Amino acid sequence: MSIAALKDVEVDYPGRGRALGPVSLSIEPGQILALVGPSGCGKSTALRLLAGLEGPTRGTLERTPGRGETAVVFQAPTLAPWLTARANVSLPLELSGTPRDEARRRAAEALARVGLAGAETARPATLSGGMAMRASLARAMVTEPRLLLLDEPFAALDEITRRTLADDVLRLWETSRPAIVFVTHNVEEAVYMADRVAVLTRGPGRLAGVTQIDAPLPRPEGFRTSSVFRAAVEQVSGLLVQGMETAS
Amino acid sequence: MSRILAPLVLVGVLLAAWEIAVRTMGVPAYFLPPPSGVAIALVENLPSLAAAAWITLSTALIALVVASLLAVGLAVVVGLNPLLEAAVRPLASVLQVTPVVAIAPLVLIWSGIDHPERAIIALAVLVAFFPIFSGAVTGLRAADPDLERLFDLYGAGRWQRVLRLRLPSSVPFLLEGHKVGAGLAIIGAVVAEFGAGSGGVRGLAWQILDAGNKLQTARMIAALVVLGLMGVALHALLDKAERIGLTWWRGR
Repeated sequence: MSIAALKDVEVDYPGRGRALGPVSLSIEPGQILALVGPSGCGKSTALRLLAGLEGPTRGTLERTPGRGETAVVFQAPTLAPWLTARANVSLPLELSGTPRDEARRRAAEALARVGLAGAETARPATLSGGMAMRASLARAMVTEPRLLLLDEPFAALDEITRRTLADDVLRLWETSRPAIVFVTHNVEEAVYMADRVAVLTRGPGRLAGVTQIDAPLPRPEGFRTSSVFRAAVEQVSGLLVQGMETAS
Repeated sequence: MSRILAPLVLVGVLLAAWEIAVRTMGVPAYFLPPPSGVAIALVENLPSLAAAAWITLSTALIALVVASLLAVGLAVVVGLNPLLEAAVRPLASVLQVTPVVAIAPLVLIWSGIDHPERAIIALAVLVAFFPIFSGAVTGLRAADPDLERLFDLYGAGRWQRVLRLRLPSSVPFLLEGHKVGAGLAIIGAVVAEFGAGSGGVRGLAWQILDAGNKLQTARMIAALVVLGLMGVALHALLDKAERIGLTWWRGR
């Protein structure tokens, strides 16, 4: 049983025309799927559909996670500036009715898991970009979601921070194995983190192809220099170029 | 340092010119007293002027608190219901552009002849209400859309959304609205005192009216000076409060 599936889904926005599709995609429990595509191909729209925040115009969307079992990490850390890091992280728990003390305790644990122990009372404004993104990850993971959606979460960060955060995400994934769908512009990041990389064509996005990455998760040491990695990056890049051409 | 000094020097020069002009041209004191005359009137009437200033200030502050509760409360209710907002907006605008002096006689009738202070508070509330209200309405809509999505995702109720997202998000707008509202509350209180006339509440406007009736021009100007100083002090205080509030809200 899939965690979430799009079947022949199309999304139209009034006044702006077709944003996505038709596209079919499914995500299985514990799987990591990367969505890659040029700007404006509807990647973020696809993510909002999978999150249940929007419905398709045509086609069907199936989702099995209940309320509170889906988590989203946005492009920006999106932390409330008036709350401490811990209060930000405990917010999802408190909104779904967890007693405050327990929520705060679990939030502190979640912060510790992303390497932010000691920053519980810090305000977002005093955190670096990478730390704020980690707090955002902690907030997403604190509810132990079955489906985790990441919308270009590292786009604003420098290369080294990106790589560390990618490893952090994989490490977090190992503990509770949620299904992850993440959107990125970065082909190497997609190949490094995902079981499958789905490439979308230029908008409105259709599926240009899916590349399976044959390597264990989390990635072995030196994976970025392996031939499997290089070959997968080549293949995904090829699909991207092809997707640009077929659409035009 | 010279930034503080420059306006002081200008004030000194202007006062000196005024003093010299009045003395050399022999202007009668009931028409325009020299600054020294105003200073003497200020010192002589200090207790009654201070008491009057306190009356006007406390009226304005009470009005600010009442206006704040009403404006934020109404903004929250209206924010939950777009149709209600559409209904309230034009009505609020009409009230806002109607000068408070024009409404004053009516409110004075309603408050009853024995309670002009109620009318003055009501009128000050009226003028302080709008900046706070429009600040709150704007602020309640200014929450980060991704944070709104997060609240959708975790199935937050409408009150959870108001109390834990929209109100906290609107803090910068509320601070600005209250700063403007407080200044207007003072103006509203003074205008309403004028409306109430010399039989009314003995605030600063009454001091000006009363001194005017007695042709005590120096005392009139002294009351004006107190009013001006009070305004400047309040503005500085609120500016500071806004900055502290914003620093707290931003977390740095």
